[in-house]
Amino acid sequence: MIDLLTYEFIQHAILAAILVSIACGIIGTYVVINRIVFISGGIAHIAFGGLGAAYYLGFNPLIGASSISLLSALGLGWMDCQGNEREDTIIGILWALGMAIGSIFISLSPGYAPDLMSYLFGSILTVSSQDLSFMLAWDLIILFFVTFFFKQFQAISYDREYARTRGIPVHALYTILLLLIAITVVMLIQVMGALLLIALITIPVTIANIFSQSIRKIMVCSFFISLVFTLSGLWLSYFFNLPSGAAIVVVAGGSYMILKGVRLKIN
Amino acid sequence: MNNEPILEIQNVYFTYKRQPVLDEINLALYREDFLALIGPNGGGKTTLVKLILGLLKPSRGNIFLFGKRPESVRSSVGYVPQKSTERYRDFPINVHEVVRMGCLKAHIFKKKESSPTHSIEGALESVSMSSYMHRQIGELSGGQLQRVLIARALVSNPALLIMDEPTASIDTEMEKGLYDILKDLNKKIPIIIVTHDLTAISENVNKIGCLNRYLYCHRSGEVTEEDILKTYNCPIELLAHGLPHKVLKKH
Ligand SMILES: Nc1ncnc2c1ncn2[C@@H]1O[C@H](COP(=O)(O)OP(=O)(O)OP(=O)(O)O)[C@@H](O)[C@H]1O
Ligand SMILES: [Mg+2]
Repeated sequence: MIDLLTYEFIQHAILAAILVSIACGIIGTYVVINRIVFISGGIAHIAFGGLGAAYYLGFNPLIGASSISLLSALGLGWMDCQGNEREDTIIGILWALGMAIGSIFISLSPGYAPDLMSYLFGSILTVSSQDLSFMLAWDLIILFFVTFFFKQFQAISYDREYARTRGIPVHALYTILLLLIAITVVMLIQVMGALLLIALITIPVTIANIFSQSIRKIMVCSFFISLVFTLSGLWLSYFFNLPSGAAIVVVAGGSYMILKGVRLKIN
Repeated sequence: MNNEPILEIQNVYFTYKRQPVLDEINLALYREDFLALIGPNGGGKTTLVKLILGLLKPSRGNIFLFGKRPESVRSSVGYVPQKSTERYRDFPINVHEVVRMGCLKAHIFKKKESSPTHSIEGALESVSMSSYMHRQIGELSGGQLQRVLIARALVSNPALLIMDEPTASIDTEMEKGLYDILKDLNKKIPIIIVTHDLTAISENVNKIGCLNRYLYCHRSGEVTEEDILKTYNCPIELLAHGLPHKVLKKH
């Protein structure tokens, strides 16, 4: 077991687990308290369209995914600025459209697409050192914004209109939050896959919220929970040759169900 | 005392979709003023408050706050929103953090906040909520939440205070306490309060604005039955019940 740690790909996987858990703990908390889980899922599926296009055109698929998800975050921020109240309908449309475009490009690509499964369902065992440096950079960006704008993010999450009366640039900050979500989504595509990543954004935070009632504590607590889930997923993925995203979701979802059951029993 | 108005509303007209909500509104508010806005549900009181704060833009006309555009100076206004803006009960935030929001300033990179911890405590003290400082906001009763929102408006030492139905769910003792605080504050800053409680305002305010699409403004004690009737469009008995004669001058 210990000598496993000497393998480079295992070291990479563990580092990746830590790095994505940082993003999930922080951004997941904002996603859950702002009730924008659907938006985050939307960004993930739209990203898949970019992934497929980049794959077809011969770029690094993750570059395609990042550009499209960042663009869609900007678009959603702009829509919010226009006061569009049916945001979720538009996300529903883009959600399916993203997946459709992704699959069309991939089916147009000549030959067999072996990576496809890993982008849909995650593959933590194939994280390269280049991927790791990107993840580190994304984490630093997230940490920077959240440290500097903590109170502002808290204010716009709790009461936007009041935040506006305090002179806080609500739309700009909300757009930044959407961009940070897009970044988190891109990091998670590698580990969790586009279809499953929403689990790691929501489940650790929901569990952390049972034990802690302040935003800061929820962030820290869900980081650790997320780390436990990803490491267990990594372990399952290695020994049973499963897609890591699926393994993580089974562990996380299972834990959530058990905790809920126990709490229902107690109350 | 200078005679520049703190707030000036000139010929403001506002419509949400097509239906006009506010028509030809004119108002000037001076430093010593304590204005009560009254009017029926849907009369446009909240809309007018939001226009003053720059949250909405007038369809026509101009609003000047401290002689400037509202957007640029609204952070010096203390604001208690109408209760319905309350967030979900499970939002993870405590009383202290909510009141602290009142100290937030527009300049994000300014490190020093205008109000240190003791003024948050002071503000909570003034609404008798200091023992709830670390309570989750979702665990408060409606009236307690209302008190916290009042504390949030007071904490930043505002230059103008606007309260949208602050007494809607608080008990009579707190209501009296609130008017004592407001009277005291009114020695320094002007206050606008939206309320349906005509008994309480009579002895406290110096101006009454009756708002139902049109605004009729009176000095306190000069409001006539007819004025109220025009605003509310309902028989005066319904309103005047228990009103001191001070408010309703007989014709
Ligand atoms: N967001 C909105 N979109 C469209 N119409 C609105 C909106 N908000 C309010 N209105 C309309 O504008 C009018 C004035 O509403 P407003 O909230 O200002 O009333 P109010 O005087 O504050 O009433 P209340 O005593 O119930 O608080 C109402 O007729 C209402 O239907
Ligand atoms: Mg109102």
